[in-house]
Amino acid sequence: MYTSLSNRRSFIKKMATLSAMTAAATMFPGILFAEEQEKNIPDNGDIDWKKGPCRFCGVGCGILVGVQDGKAVAVKGDPKSSVNKGLLCVKGYHQIMCTQAADRLEYALVKKNGTYVKTPINEALDIVANKMKSTIEKHGKDSVAMYTSGQSTIPEGYVASKFMKGAIGTNNLDCNARLCMASAVAGFLTTFGADEPMGCYEDIEHADYFITWGNNMAEMHPVLFSRMLEQKHSRGAKIIDFATRTSRSSMGSTKSILFEPQTDLAVANAICYEIINNGWMNKKFVEEHINFSKGLTKMGYGLEDNYKFKDKPSKISFEDYKTFLNDYTPKKVAKYSKVSVKDIKFLASIYGDPNIKVMSLWCMGVNQHTRGTWMNNLIYNMHLLTGKISQPGNSPFSLTGQPSACGTAREVGTFTHKLPKGVVMNEKHRKLAAKIWKVPYERIPSKPTYHATEMFRAVDRGDIKFIWTQVTNPLVSLPKTSRYRPGMEKDSCFVVVSDVFPTPTSDVADVILPASWHIEKSGLYGNSERRTQHWDQMVEGPGDTTPDAWMTIEVAKRMGYGDLFPYSKENHVEEIYNEYRQFHEGAKHGMAPLDVLKEKSGVIWPYVNGKSTQWRFNAQYDPACDNGKDFHFYGKPDGKAIIWQRPFEPAPEKPDNEYPFWLNTGRVVEHWHTGSMTRRIPVLHKAMPNAYVEFHPDDAKALGVSNGQNVKVISRRGECTLPASINERGLPTKGQVFVPFFDENMLINDVTIDAFCPISKEPDYKKCAVRIEKA
Amino acid sequence: MPIKSYLAHPHEGQKEELINALKAFEDCDIIPAKNQDLVIVVTDTPTQQEDDLIKEKIEAIDSLRLLAMVSGFNTPQND
Ligand code: SF4
Repeated sequence: MYTSLSNRRSFIKKMATLSAMTAAATMFPGILFAEEQEKNIPDNGDIDWKKGPCRFCGVGCGILVGVQDGKAVAVKGDPKSSVNKGLLCVKGYHQIMCTQAADRLEYALVKKNGTYVKTPINEALDIVANKMKSTIEKHGKDSVAMYTSGQSTIPEGYVASKFMKGAIGTNNLDCNARLCMASAVAGFLTTFGADEPMGCYEDIEHADYFITWGNNMAEMHPVLFSRMLEQKHSRGAKIIDFATRTSRSSMGSTKSILFEPQTDLAVANAICYEIINNGWMNKKFVEEHINFSKGLTKMGYGLEDNYKFKDKPSKISFEDYKTFLNDYTPKKVAKYSKVSVKDIKFLASIYGDPNIKVMSLWCMGVNQHTRGTWMNNLIYNMHLLTGKISQPGNSPFSLTGQPSACGTAREVGTFTHKLPKGVVMNEKHRKLAAKIWKVPYERIPSKPTYHATEMFRAVDRGDIKFIWTQVTNPLVSLPKTSRYRPGMEKDSCFVVVSDVFPTPTSDVADVILPASWHIEKSGLYGNSERRTQHWDQMVEGPGDTTPDAWMTIEVAKRMGYGDLFPYSKENHVEEIYNEYRQFHEGAKHGMAPLDVLKEKSGVIWPYVNGKSTQWRFNAQYDPACDNGKDFHFYGKPDGKAIIWQRPFEPAPEKPDNEYPFWLNTGRVVEHWHTGSMTRRIPVLHKAMPNAYVEFHPDDAKALGVSNGQNVKVISRRGECTLPASINERGLPTKGQVFVPFFDENMLINDVTIDAFCPISKEPDYKKCAVRIEKA
Repeated sequence: MPIKSYLAHPHEGQKEELINALKAFEDCDIIPAKNQDLVIVVTDTPTQQEDDLIKEKIEAIDSLRLLAMVSGFNTPQND
């Protein structure tokens, strides 16, 4: 399309205005520009607005993409979406701009004699299928692996699972949601026996207190944070930020409480101690709906290859639990958590007061934790002891990072141990999958194989000889990339990378497949509040770009599994979704029919009798409750949730004389994860062009480091050089440094540790020991 | 040909003064927030020099407490 200069200027002006509005919305609760916002969107009659979810984060804002002459020309918030009510954050408004990047992967590239050769897509898919087949013939089916994403669409995840587990018969499928949500899943399953939050975003409008656990929502979940700020402003709701670093969220909160890394475990137990010892426990709720259990302790940290752990839960009594908590009096915990007795008691009083509705919110600070499953359990403990759960405003709310970590990774199940319904270890679940997939059930192996970290260790060891990654950039996002990059470069493994843009991961590929971007294909995502959202293809992708699901199907067909993938190119998304829905039939997880999803801006599951279930496990709202009581935790056989006895245990690596600082890593509002998309959006890239290392001013002074000066962050695993940042975006506590991981030119994950939670196998990106040297 | 957007924060009680002062500049659009003391300013100037100049002029307004840039684009002179 020819775009005149004046058109382009006015478009850019509109974009500049939108960025300013969004920045303002993050800073000021409920700020209104409504009419002007509409005025600033091109309103030519020939623009067709198409609905879908935002490409980026797990908040799952509804967007409207303006399409004119076959090109996407603008994005605005979908006013019909209850998630964002027309608002978007700075990433959301600018998302389509990445498609204009000059280095877009438009054609397949096949490495021949060390150089990439442009290859027709069909030929490239032949090469992939032949290589996968011959590898299986030579080394067995467990020598091939797929690594997908919480950004894959539901159909993409579904066909990957069917292909690997149902067709080939290997559980060598895992995904990057292992790096962000696995502890949340393990927390839900151990406590409730059912994954995903019981509440929904509407809880925000009902809660009196929001307690955020290690969570910088102002940058990571900006639209939800603006909803919370609005409640603070209009109703006097309070936001308590409990974290290890002062962030933009702390600045927007009513109160900020800082704790020593890893001691969140102890503080949560101290809150439970206070709840019980002050008589704030909801006895009736606990008697009717709760069991108490403990598991193994001193589990290790998974630092060694082939590390295995299986928990051994055993029931305990309430009295046992109460005695255990005696080690966690506020006085004892204050000594090592650096949280004052007063603040611990203050937090406990919020959970303990029956007249206060409280929402706990958390994401990576709790999940990316070597005791991440325990930390999830401990947050539920506070809500279960007080009965503050599954009611509007009383809500432990595990937030998701990626746009479909819930919909795809968790619900479809693209983890090694998962099936679309249930787990591979369960014969009934294997039988159901085999029936719907039309494969012999013996073909689906009953043992999980590699979780993400172990998968890349297996590549490094030479055990995996073929790996195909889709919609993910592990050589920037894995911990300890200093080991896994050379591992992926080895000749022993054939690497296939499907992506939209070149990345450090595609740099090591033998075949690069050009993937369609978000709006260039149809799809479905599932967000943090169990909301499934559908979108139709809005524009054509360039060159040979192809949807990931279709590439998987084409390879499966070439390998002789065509009868299992009888979908049509035009309609595969619909056909796959309809097949997938069969897995979740029933009141506990029913998914909405596609025609409903096409019509609405998302629908929450369980979708029963034409209605979303907003609060699960509460008989008032959830038709699946059938025990005759007010609450029914039906994920567990006896209908009771579990309060887990989980102790404080130290991090695997702590600052010492040689490496005296904690290193914490994370994100910034401008960039999506590894930056492969947002760094190609000029306005976002300009706003945050490179990573940095944040210091506490006292530490910077002691080290003689000034703002902007290059320093090396060095750990036992690797090093990374970055400019120092003092008193800018965030403020780490003394003795801690913080680095965002979006910048592929400053790979902080060369420095991080690949220790993980033994139960969830999710790595801890928030704590390892480093030293600082001037570069 | 720079286009920039800013958040302009007025001194307490001086939002109207700030809006009036900003209205005097040709190269800038302003969008006041309805319910907060904040004004969005978008500048659109032909050259970098003029961009620098308008920024200086805005910063000199008495009723302005703080000017924070949000985004900056530079479009080519011809297509
Ligand atoms: S908050 Fe998340 S989903 Fe919403 S616009 Fe921003 S990145 Fe997109």
